[in-house]
Amino acid sequence: MSTETETGVEDGNTLFSDIDLSWEHRKNELFRWLLIAASLFGVVMLALLLFDVVTDFYTGLTEFNISLYEFFTQDGSQEETRAGFKGAVIASIMLMIMTAVLAFFVGVGSAIYLEEYAPDSRITRLIEANLANLAGVPSIVYGLLALAAVVNGIGIGPILIAGAVALGLLVMPIIIVSTQEALRAVPDSVRNGSYATGATKWQTIRRVVLPAAIPGIMTGTILALARAIGETAPLIMVGALFVNRTPSGPTDRFSAMPTQIYNWAAQPSEHFIHLAAVGIVVLLSFLFVMNGVAIYIRHRYETEV
Amino acid sequence: MPTQETETQQADDQLITTDIQHAESTRREQPDQTVLEARDLDVFYGEDQALRSVDIEIPEHKVTAIIGPSGCGKSTFLRCINRMNDMIDVCRVQGELTFRSKNVYDEDVDPVALRRKIGQVFQKPNPFPKSIRDNVTYGLEVQGKSATDDDVERALRGAALWDEVKDQLDSSGLDLSGGQQQRLCIARAIAPDPEVILMDEPTSGLDPVAASKIEDLIDELVEDYTVVIVTHNMQQAARISDKTAVFLTGGNLVEFDDTASVFEDPEDDRVEDYITGKFG
Amino acid sequence: MGTETPTQTGAEITGGGAAAGDNAANRRARRILFGCAAITVLTTLAIFFVLLDNAASYFFGAKFTEMTRGASFEQTVTFTEFFTGQRWAPDHARPAHGILPIVFGTLAITVGAAFVAIPIGTATAIYLSEYASPGIRSKLKPMLEILAGIPTIVYGYFAIAFINPVLLSGLAAYVLNPLGNGLLQVGSALPGTMGDSLTSIATSMIGINVGRYSLLSGILVVGIMTIPMVSSISEDAMSAVPDDLRNGAYALGATKFNVSTRIVLPASISGVFASYILAVSRAIGETMAVTLAAGFNANITTNPFDEIMTMTAYMVSMARGTSAVGTVEYQSLFAVGLVLFVMTLVMNLLNDAFKRRFQEEYQ
Ligand SMILES: Nc1ncnc2c1ncn2[C@@H]1O[C@H](COP(=O)(O)OP(=O)(O)OP(=O)(O)O)[C@@H](O)[C@H]1O
Ligand SMILES: [Mg+2]
Repeated sequence: MSTETETGVEDGNTLFSDIDLSWEHRKNELFRWLLIAASLFGVVMLALLLFDVVTDFYTGLTEFNISLYEFFTQDGSQEETRAGFKGAVIASIMLMIMTAVLAFFVGVGSAIYLEEYAPDSRITRLIEANLANLAGVPSIVYGLLALAAVVNGIGIGPILIAGAVALGLLVMPIIIVSTQEALRAVPDSVRNGSYATGATKWQTIRRVVLPAAIPGIMTGTILALARAIGETAPLIMVGALFVNRTPSGPTDRFSAMPTQIYNWAAQPSEHFIHLAAVGIVVLLSFLFVMNGVAIYIRHRYETEV
Repeated sequence: MPTQETETQQADDQLITTDIQHAESTRREQPDQTVLEARDLDVFYGEDQALRSVDIEIPEHKVTAIIGPSGCGKSTFLRCINRMNDMIDVCRVQGELTFRSKNVYDEDVDPVALRRKIGQVFQKPNPFPKSIRDNVTYGLEVQGKSATDDDVERALRGAALWDEVKDQLDSSGLDLSGGQQQRLCIARAIAPDPEVILMDEPTSGLDPVAASKIEDLIDELVEDYTVVIVTHNMQQAARISDKTAVFLTGGNLVEFDDTASVFEDPEDDRVEDYITGKFG
Repeated sequence: MGTETPTQTGAEITGGGAAAGDNAANRRARRILFGCAAITVLTTLAIFFVLLDNAASYFFGAKFTEMTRGASFEQTVTFTEFFTGQRWAPDHARPAHGILPIVFGTLAITVGAAFVAIPIGTATAIYLSEYASPGIRSKLKPMLEILAGIPTIVYGYFAIAFINPVLLSGLAAYVLNPLGNGLLQVGSALPGTMGDSLTSIATSMIGINVGRYSLLSGILVVGIMTIPMVSSISEDAMSAVPDDLRNGAYALGATKFNVSTRIVLPASISGVFASYILAVSRAIGETMAVTLAAGFNANITTNPFDEIMTMTAYMVSMARGTSAVGTVEYQSLFAVGLVLFVMTLVMNLLNDAFKRRFQEEYQ
């Protein structure tokens, strides 16, 4: 076959000359650069976005004389020069705590059931499939649910509890999935060791499995809350808009950080736009800190194991 | 199945001798022409040296078997030949490895072009998740050659698979049995008509019947191609190869000669021990 | 997990022995935990029920729950008008209930964003899984994760403060309008129908002016925010393709380009499709970014510089509005919500099917 025509020692330099690969390689290089350009697109957009926010933040402080001190100590206001972020920040923190309380126990409980107890039955598969679907439900729909069932249905009005219900249901699937992963990471040998001493399943879970999984669960929960704190649409649906006061308790009306930012960003006034930029920097700082804590927990306990 | 192996050890010794006679009688009468030659070849994975100063000359249109204990660098040597080692980040190659007197590690050598001349069959059958036909034509197509039905038939016949699959060319390559998959991989390798075919334990995952089919096939392939085969199975090496290279732990090539002399009268005591099963 | 209580003999180790209390606690815990898991199913049922119930009062003037208590009902909005009407203005003095314009708005954004996110996200995934060195990977991946973690309200701000007023206005004022002027001269010089059609294209280019909101701005911003979804899920799928296949192709003299496009991409295609569907589903339900980018004008248009309204933007505008609870215009919120929910549900089920297929192929 091939070698019939090529007997005899060939000159090394002409050995591969029957294969012209220059086009192949050029195609490959072209493709590589195309991929690099596409990959850079996302990076460039991220840089542009951050750059835009930071410059607006800066001009807000300098040209529009937004004082950070007043920004944090004053409530919202219709008057652009008097508007602050205090009420929104406090509402967001309260909202986060209430969301955590609502979603954490049920979420972790569901995950324990699914990972440790659930038989391989139809019902289990239904719950799992439903979970995957819930994670894909648009956040605004959770807002509609809370609006119809809690705000109008029970009739408690657009108060913090209603917002927390919407956000709690929204982050529940995220907490469940991350808890399941944390439980799965606990090796079975640990469980068997506990059973061998005569512990029941529940004792094993409470004393051995959960303590081993708790860093992972905490990391997942913090990340879920970081998602919740930036959610806007469900709160707007619940009616958390146009309130400037600092909420006095869980039953008070409120506007949180993202809804306040939306309110400002939707105004035609340049001053309000820059207030929104300052608010965004505050919101992103919250996210930054929360992600930092989550990463810290993960690393700290990963290295210990 | 280690127990079985020890039981049949002595019977195998006799088998080896008859196999060698068979190989000798069918040895193709051609002047030896060196296709591949390694000179002072060292390979490192990071700090660890996998091959030490290997010198070898692999003749054209012959089956060269590479044997040796696990981890001695057989696969590493094979991957050096078609520069698949390039894909391993920590791998470093020193010394010379020439293909038709051209050092394949020269700057101007294109590994992609090299691999179009030197095909490979892997230990685990790895057909692409495509139809049988597309598996066979893949190599031709990436090499810019148009693939006809004749090419498909020729390659599949060459791999002794044609009769079994000719009615199901459009079904997935993954639907075949393990032995058929491996022959499909051989068909895939020979379809673009390379000059050398490297095989890394091509029968280790197969049952004896499927394995012996592949062995018969190798016997035919060597009419057209040069075959370099890594195997753990000494009877197989004795049965099918013309030349045998023995690597020992640490990456040293300790013996390289005609298969008959390696098995009947090894120069190195360690090789004798290895072949007779005293270690390895 | 494994089953408990192996067969036991003797009084100490039979039921009712020392472990009885602990076993009861275990059973109790199991029941409570099952209750937790059941809440997730109840959530889905509640969403369905609430949306249907409230949508009923939009179409029939009374909720199902009210009807069972004997409330009278009459058809307020016909399904024909709802699904085929071309004008959407439930809270207008002259109300109209045709949902098409806002469905169009949602689909225009979704399809447009898919044209941005799918090619760029797929290319990024191939780059990450096949080409990038470990060093570059470890830098690029966190950046994409940040992109994915930024709240949608911030993307909305980016659209209304930068993309629309700076990027698109600049494009219109400094590129498209001058280009139109140039073309106009060429068009008027050319004779016949070719000149005419060129002139009309030129006039429309001169006429472009970017307002506060635009469809294109919404497409861009939603496209950007869904890139990381496509890239990360596609990359996971591509990385799951066994190296055996890559080596098989490389050994045949394939280039990286061949391996990426002819082996890796086809082998991971169902996982890659799953990522597309997820991105599309996300774009359909996206709210804040499109509200701030594309605006509140429910119209069907082919001009990307026009203001449009998506279903979600309509819902925001209703929540900001002053309609009284229970009125037809207020209840339209839930009818739209139901349509939105069903659309994303279909996407999620499709996504699930593709994901399952991919897992079957590679696990
Ligand atoms: N990708 C790699 N990275 C680092 N070290 C490697 C790699 N591949 C092989 N090695 C090392 O190189 C040495 C030789 O390995 P090689 O796979 O060539 O052996 P082998 O003779 O083929 O063994 P086997 O018979 O088990 O297949 C071994 O010590 C192995 O640990
Ligand atoms: Mg090997």
